[in-house]
Amino acid sequence: MKLVEHFTHGLTSPICLTWELTYACNLSCVHCLSSSGRRDPNELSTDEAKAVIDELQRMQVFYVNIGGGEPTVRSDFWELLDYAIAHDVGVKFSTNGVKLDKARAEQLAKTDYVDVQISLDGATAEVNDHVRGPGSFDTAIRAMENLHEAGFGQFKISVVVTRQNVDQLDDFKAIADRYGAQLRITRLRPSGRGADTWDELHPTQAQQKQLYDWLVARGEDVLTGDSFFHLSAYGQELPGLNLCGAGRVVCLIDPVGDVYACPFAIHDQFLAGNVRSEGGFQGVWQDSELFAELRGPQSGGACTKCSHYDACQGGCMAAKFFTGLPLDGPDPECVLGNGEAELAKLQMAGALEPGVIPKPSLDHSHKTTRGPRKNGGPVPLTLSVRRPDKACDSDPLAGEGRRLPAAVRVS
Amino acid sequence: MTAAPAGASTTGVSAGAFDPDRPHRLSSSVSVRPESFGALVYDFHTRRLSFLKTKPLVHVVQALEHHDDVHGALAEAGVTESDRDQYMRALAGLAQAGTITPR
Repeated sequence: MKLVEHFTHGLTSPICLTWELTYACNLSCVHCLSSSGRRDPNELSTDEAKAVIDELQRMQVFYVNIGGGEPTVRSDFWELLDYAIAHDVGVKFSTNGVKLDKARAEQLAKTDYVDVQISLDGATAEVNDHVRGPGSFDTAIRAMENLHEAGFGQFKISVVVTRQNVDQLDDFKAIADRYGAQLRITRLRPSGRGADTWDELHPTQAQQKQLYDWLVARGEDVLTGDSFFHLSAYGQELPGLNLCGAGRVVCLIDPVGDVYACPFAIHDQFLAGNVRSEGGFQGVWQDSELFAELRGPQSGGACTKCSHYDACQGGCMAAKFFTGLPLDGPDPECVLGNGEAELAKLQMAGALEPGVIPKPSLDHSHKTTRGPRKNGGPVPLTLSVRRPDKACDSDPLAGEGRRLPAAVRVS
Repeated sequence: MTAAPAGASTTGVSAGAFDPDRPHRLSSSVSVRPESFGALVYDFHTRRLSFLKTKPLVHVVQALEHHDDVHGALAEAGVTESDRDQYMRALAGLAQAGTITPR
């Protein structure tokens, strides 16, 4: 049996485990996979998180990819980081850089077995902040400067490729080179809030080819999280694992301990169990019915007749699911255009109406509106000045008809 | 995921620095996780993940520290003469990657 077939049938422990520590985040990126913003009151406690680390050590999960939300806003983040490293679980954590001041950068530079990944979705503030919010470019760059100055070594810059930044790939590489970092670029998914912005942000067909050519030219120089295997149908296979690893070699532990098949599939349909259950994480990984199903024979549907099926393997499960395509159908970004054709057909048949396409099961988005997606500055809030029509209103301003400022500066 | 294939596919790796007459062992920063196909190998130092693609290769790698040379470990794992070259190439690749080291 070839190695890749063993991966298809699943391993005794995951290779690539993503653990989102909190749904809390200081940003409100419009493509956030986990619809993060507010902390969930049911998030794992420090002791519960340590128990998960103990288990990962026993299962020989060599390293975890920690994310969120913004993991560093958890007050016990640094404690958990040290605990994991002391228990033979290496940590790579993703951050927008908000907590990486000079002191933290120096601390990290002195820590073995930790890797830092700074998220950046534009090589210019204009492109980045459009997606990640005002000020987020400067925050990320400052964190990179701090890591570089502290002598951290090769941290990673993680870029989600969008229609707006695909022309900046060389610029991203230049930024990475400037700070001695390694560039990692990954695929946009229509998951979480990404479902709402997919149509605006996902690369066009022409851009996908451009991206593929760039990746082939770069080879193993640029990391991809093996996320572009659907592009392998253009010809030459891209480096890395060319298959969907969900539930086979990959899974997600979310902040409340729920275990999903992959970080892009936070939905009840891909929920395998919870680390708080009796068998713990190991029980979920080894015995869940969902994972057993994902490790069994898969139906590729009409795609199996396509001569490129061996290359793309039908693409990304989550991308299909959250755009309303059947799981045995083509990827929405199928390079042959089969996904777009299928979506058009479903659209015609009225099968993509709101309410029909699956929505993420959880939404921790900030309830307030994020600042404007242009320049920052004052947040225009329209406050009602009309007389309340409910008799029970007890607000001291109720019914006063007083003129309130049209804009309130929110720091 | 950084994945370095190790095993039957390490052809082309120069065996220059690898001396099978010397005693070897697994590097101290390396951890081995048994799997159905062989094992996953992770080097905490280089953060490189690689695969030992056969069970006998896992056996050889783990037996290294008990033998005065690599040949002894190959014999313990029951590697046949016809497979010997292939295993030597794989081990040379592992030595070059720092997975195994002379002791």
